[in-house]
Amino acid sequence: MSALIEIRGLGIRFGPRWILRRVDLEVARGELLALVGGSGCGKTTLLRQIVGLLLPTEGGIQLFGEPQHAGDRDTRQDRQRRLGMLFQQGALFSALNVFDNVAFPLRELGFLPEAEIRDLVFTKLAMVEISHDAAWRMPAELSGGMIKRVALARALALDPELLLLDEPTAGLDPDRAGAFVELIRALHSALNLTVVFVTHDLDTLSALASRVAVVAERRILAVGPLDQIVHVQHPFIERFFLSERSLHALRRGKQSD
Amino acid sequence: MQPGSAPKIEFVDEGVRLTGSWTLSCLRKCLPRLRAETTRTSSDTRWDLSRLSALDTYGALLLWRHWGSRFPADIQLPPEYKALFERLEKRPPDKLMRRPRRRFRMGVEDIGLAAMVFVGHVYAAIALLGQLIIETGYILRSPRHIPWREISANLYKAGVRAMPVSALVAFLIGVVLSYLFALQLRRFGAEAFIVDVLGVGIIRELGPVLIAVLVAGRSGSAMTAQLGTMRVTEEIDALATMGVPRHLRLVLPKVVALALAMPLLVTWTSGIAIAGGVLVAHYQLGIDYPFFIANLPRAVPVPNVWIALSKGLVFGMTIALVACHFGLRVKPNTESLSANTTRSVVTAITLVILLDAVFALATRNIGLVGG
Repeated sequence: MSALIEIRGLGIRFGPRWILRRVDLEVARGELLALVGGSGCGKTTLLRQIVGLLLPTEGGIQLFGEPQHAGDRDTRQDRQRRLGMLFQQGALFSALNVFDNVAFPLRELGFLPEAEIRDLVFTKLAMVEISHDAAWRMPAELSGGMIKRVALARALALDPELLLLDEPTAGLDPDRAGAFVELIRALHSALNLTVVFVTHDLDTLSALASRVAVVAERRILAVGPLDQIVHVQHPFIERFFLSERSLHALRRGKQSD
Repeated sequence: MQPGSAPKIEFVDEGVRLTGSWTLSCLRKCLPRLRAETTRTSSDTRWDLSRLSALDTYGALLLWRHWGSRFPADIQLPPEYKALFERLEKRPPDKLMRRPRRRFRMGVEDIGLAAMVFVGHVYAAIALLGQLIIETGYILRSPRHIPWREISANLYKAGVRAMPVSALVAFLIGVVLSYLFALQLRRFGAEAFIVDVLGVGIIRELGPVLIAVLVAGRSGSAMTAQLGTMRVTEEIDALATMGVPRHLRLVLPKVVALALAMPLLVTWTSGIAIAGGVLVAHYQLGIDYPFFIANLPRAVPVPNVWIALSKGLVFGMTIALVACHFGLRVKPNTESLSANTTRSVVTAITLVILLDAVFALATRNIGLVGG
């Protein structure tokens, strides 16, 4: 089966500064790929690039086997609807309540009757374990963990094939972070999803990722399963994975498997 | 899950067979046809789902709703799709999914709530004013705590930076007014009175109100938004944690800066508006510049200038106080920020016009020739 995302020779420049250069990456269907790296190394930029929020300075991205920005308005819109993104702060629409937030992408389709939208929204909310009485609250009245889960429900509203997560566990306590990782893992296998996520958190990384891409020095240093990545000889990778703290976290991740 | 084959219902001898991909993106094109076709099935129809190439939550929901939220008696369902229907079953029962109705309150309760909100605003405004008086007393006793830098920054932002736009607006208003007056006055042969009409109208009334409306829209909204953003990002709490009194550092400089800037801006706007008026008076009515200038003090006695300047002072302090009042009420979400900014500008402009009416009443015996 062909790759879901295919990045070839991608380069991004902000002003005179190159953020990423000559990046090549392939993501196969059904993978759980983690993008890791130091702060400000371009992980999130790469993610925003895949979603199509940024235009590449050079090179290009193939999504679902087609060039990312090809086609007319409708084609691009349909392609965009095949992916869902969970933003770091949730990015829930603060003027809409939880129900309307999740219903938003469904209503945008413009052909679903309200009764079916209601059933779909509550199915999605049940999937992310949000109870029905929270559906009428406003985002400002939710805790951090609930915001992430509602945002995940919204990202999954259209049954996307590709799910992108920006720091899915940042700002959650270890207990909630663990539960959120479990939720994503369960949804990944249940919904046949391909997941690409950015994280700083080694616990999340070791518990979730089937493959890891290390972003540093404006490129992708190494891609592979976590066990192999850890043994790559490179100063950054050694600092990142082989410090006392990191080893500890990775061991914990192993045990939880 | 390739975007592929169209979803179809095939009627075979003893039931129906579903083929193609029953997914949201594929179903949208043939939804009405499929809805019509499913109605031709009955409760004992045999359903064969084993030939489906894809099924997503929406496809499953469509079938589930048609089946009346339970599996039909005779169904061939591949195990991989079972989980989809199980998830649908997990949604709460219909009556729990209903949107709670907005409670229609009794009129009396509404009036009471509105009154309480109003009292809350008045209370908070008085508290703010009191806090400012305390802070003023404090810095008068220990002048080294006067926030000079903040005052100067606000003076520059709200005063100097407002000069170009206010000049433009004032000039155009002066031109338009003078032109209209010139047309009317010429009918009575009273061309020379343009000096009186323009002078009193602009210096006493229009200049202060015009600039107050401009400053409320320009600087008042900026002040509310600034304080509001600082609330949203917890910067105000950070200041308080460091022991920096927020009223002294954030509110007082704004009030002082606008109290200083507004009389100056009133002078600037009225001057430019008069200049625009003189220009038109010259070309429309043939009135010489020296004649206009020489007659201005006669038409507009000096007390009018004092009234205008004190209006500027009062309007400036009002705008800054209203802006800070609403800025400090912002709750940490974007909705509240925009709502309070709007309220700040609307309240400031309304108050300015109310105060102007009060001024007009209080000064009706001062500075009017032939009154």
